[in-house]
Amino acid sequence: MHPIIKLVSQRLALGILLLLGASALIFGLTEALPGDAAQAVLGQSATPEALANLREEMGLDRPALTRYVEWLTGILQGDLGQSLTNKLDIADSIGKRLGNTLFLACVAAIVSVPLAIFLGLLAVRYRNRWPDKLISAITLTTVSIPEFLIGYVLVYFISVKLGWFSSLAMVNDSMSLGQKLYAIALPALVLTLVVLAQMMRMTRAAILNLMQSAYIETAELKGLSTFQVIARHAFPNAISPIVNVVMLNLAYLVVGVVVVEVVFVYPGMGQYLVDAVTKRDVPVVLACGVVFAAVYIGLNMVADIVSILANPRLRHPK
Amino acid sequence: MNDQLTHMTGQVTAGKLTRREFMGKAAALGVTAAMASTMFADAARAAGAKKGGDLKFGLQGGESTNSLDPATYASSVPFQNGKQFGDQLVEVAPDGTIEPRLAESVEGSADAKVWTFKLRQGVEFHNGKTMTSEDVLKTMERHSNEDSKSGALGIMKGIESMKADGDNFQVTLTEPNADLPYLMADYHLIIQPDGGMDNPAAGIGTGPYKLEVDEPGVRHLFTKNENHWNSDFGNFDSVEVVVINDATARTAALQSGQVHAINRVEPKVADLLGRAPNLTVNSTAGRGHYVFIMHCDTAPFDNNELRLALKYAINRADLVDKVLRGYGSIGNDMPINAAYPLFDETIEQREFSIEKAAEHYKKSGHDGSPIILRVADGAFPGAVDAAALFQQTAAQAGIPLEIKREPNDGYWSEVWNVQPFCASYWGGRPVQDQMYSTAYLSTADWNDTRFKVQAFDDMLFAAKAELDVEKRKGIYSQMGRMVRDEGGLICPMFNDFVEGISNQLDGWESDPTQEMMNGNISRKMWFV
Repeated sequence: MHPIIKLVSQRLALGILLLLGASALIFGLTEALPGDAAQAVLGQSATPEALANLREEMGLDRPALTRYVEWLTGILQGDLGQSLTNKLDIADSIGKRLGNTLFLACVAAIVSVPLAIFLGLLAVRYRNRWPDKLISAITLTTVSIPEFLIGYVLVYFISVKLGWFSSLAMVNDSMSLGQKLYAIALPALVLTLVVLAQMMRMTRAAILNLMQSAYIETAELKGLSTFQVIARHAFPNAISPIVNVVMLNLAYLVVGVVVVEVVFVYPGMGQYLVDAVTKRDVPVVLACGVVFAAVYIGLNMVADIVSILANPRLRHPK
Repeated sequence: MNDQLTHMTGQVTAGKLTRREFMGKAAALGVTAAMASTMFADAARAAGAKKGGDLKFGLQGGESTNSLDPATYASSVPFQNGKQFGDQLVEVAPDGTIEPRLAESVEGSADAKVWTFKLRQGVEFHNGKTMTSEDVLKTMERHSNEDSKSGALGIMKGIESMKADGDNFQVTLTEPNADLPYLMADYHLIIQPDGGMDNPAAGIGTGPYKLEVDEPGVRHLFTKNENHWNSDFGNFDSVEVVVINDATARTAALQSGQVHAINRVEPKVADLLGRAPNLTVNSTAGRGHYVFIMHCDTAPFDNNELRLALKYAINRADLVDKVLRGYGSIGNDMPINAAYPLFDETIEQREFSIEKAAEHYKKSGHDGSPIILRVADGAFPGAVDAAALFQQTAAQAGIPLEIKREPNDGYWSEVWNVQPFCASYWGGRPVQDQMYSTAYLSTADWNDTRFKVQAFDDMLFAAKAELDVEKRKGIYSQMGRMVRDEGGLICPMFNDFVEGISNQLDGWESDPTQEMMNGNISRKMWFV
């Protein structure tokens, strides 16, 4: 077997094992929270009678292990089950929400990843001169300000005062792509500002590290321009650390944006998960948790594989 | 009404005066805001409500876990949804009287035990079926039978039997209850085809708007029901309920004109928001109240002197000022205020008094160990601050209060109605009987002050059976005084509903029953 295929299948198997572990952990922790779905739904208006009726209907009167095993058999057959609280099909609800989350994450990534890498290269080209310092100052500022604050500031100036963009990033199926892009302009901008700095700094650091190497000196002596040296000789060797940090940020764009979702009223996965945890809607929490874990594990796997492919020594092990 | 006002309302009818101008001029003439608001609405309605337009709500209180099943409604967005697609038999009007909806009239027997609702004929559900008394019966059964998990289960107790009889729906009670029509106005009791037995969450009712899109926690879209039984209700082509749980996002959406009405404006920003030129902040005195509750049967709160000491030690005016920023009114340690029918205005207001608090505390003989007050942010907005203010004034009277912060998560299952002294809130009920039956009757599930007094229960039942209004008022007055002087309730304040409404909308009415004009904005308001 080709070593790459072997590696990928090993990683996949490990990923699935990790997912199983994550689901058990999530289930256990949700069970350990005080109260259950029936109490959370009825809230202050719970009577013992209504509680008992609701528990029975939700199947909460059965042991935890039985419910977990049932859920597991369901998911192995591709059935995510029904929400305890509103009886809607989880696969349907998640499908829409996940689509929205991925859409926002993709738009933010398409803008931020090339921009961050370009800014990183630019910073190396003009290192320790004013463009480098300006880029670092701006990106480090935006990453240091909490994202909800950036969000509120943008909403206040751009949407309330100027009226250019909508403060509600509501998207739905009846909108065209252009309308959707317009609707999510502000949240995508906030996310870009948040993830820019880390990727930019990593690109800058990784390449600067290589700039001391002898082969770079050779390239310079050949008469290549500084930017060509960086782009053709330094960058390919710096891909591995850059891909790692890019993947971490992409994962963040998918699983960590609940605050931005709340500020811009964006119907993504984060809000869905938070609501489900508050209401102790275990099947939904599990489904969201597994999806998030899968995204995280998957992207990290991609990062590993790309690092290996980018490195001839790892690609052709002796 | 003086000449000036008559002239002004005439101008409104002629469309020459905007709401903002009218309110300003009326205030200059010394008319209260609530009064001016009602006068404006009447005058404007006389000019004829305009039809058309797409109304958008931005509301706090919606979750991805919401269902359209009326039995599950417990927060603002589902409540608002129900009001779009559904009707109850009757509704509580803004003035506290009973307004017919799907029932044309209500009649009680002389002993207030048998109630007959004469149903409106020819009312159509959104699925094309005609409403029958059988549908009504099934609806009420679903909310009251033994499998029920309805939010209305508590108020449906005490029904002995129900029957559908041609055009009539009849309820027979085990005990007399003169307020039964008010119970039937509960927002959970939306009449559904077949009572919603087969598909409770279908969102099919008889209301002025039909469900188009249901995305829980995101948005709910309704379009005009052309076949609604009352063509005066529902002036808009469509109504969209957008869930905006974040307070800042909500106000921004209203300011930038993306929604036309928002609920729960935070008191601390209400004044600033009201200065925006394109909207009005409406503050409506309601029946909801923020409370600190003591279990009357648990030491040290089983001692009435100690309870009185704590009641005197709280500075109500200061709390209304600082926690509600003036958007509310002071409470009187009873769950009833002037927003209730049959309220006795002569009950003396309890004043803040360090001396009296110290005196009662001394009489109580409390050993001076810290009195633990449990509180969480989620108990009511500003609960932690309110507790801190209470702690300071209590300390002045020598009462050692100790505040224990509890997590929001699980507060209603682990702390409220479990621990002997904690912060909480009540949403209020349409009538006094319902409020007292829900939380002050010895046997009530939610008797969260463990107030168990036989004489009080007797009076409650006597009032239920009493059809003479003056006599009932007298009984309620006595009951109020009893809770105030002997109960476990410390009620520092009644909170207003503070809501932001775009000036593009017209026809606002103050309604104390529930927030957002008791859910009637989409029925009664219109675009100017």
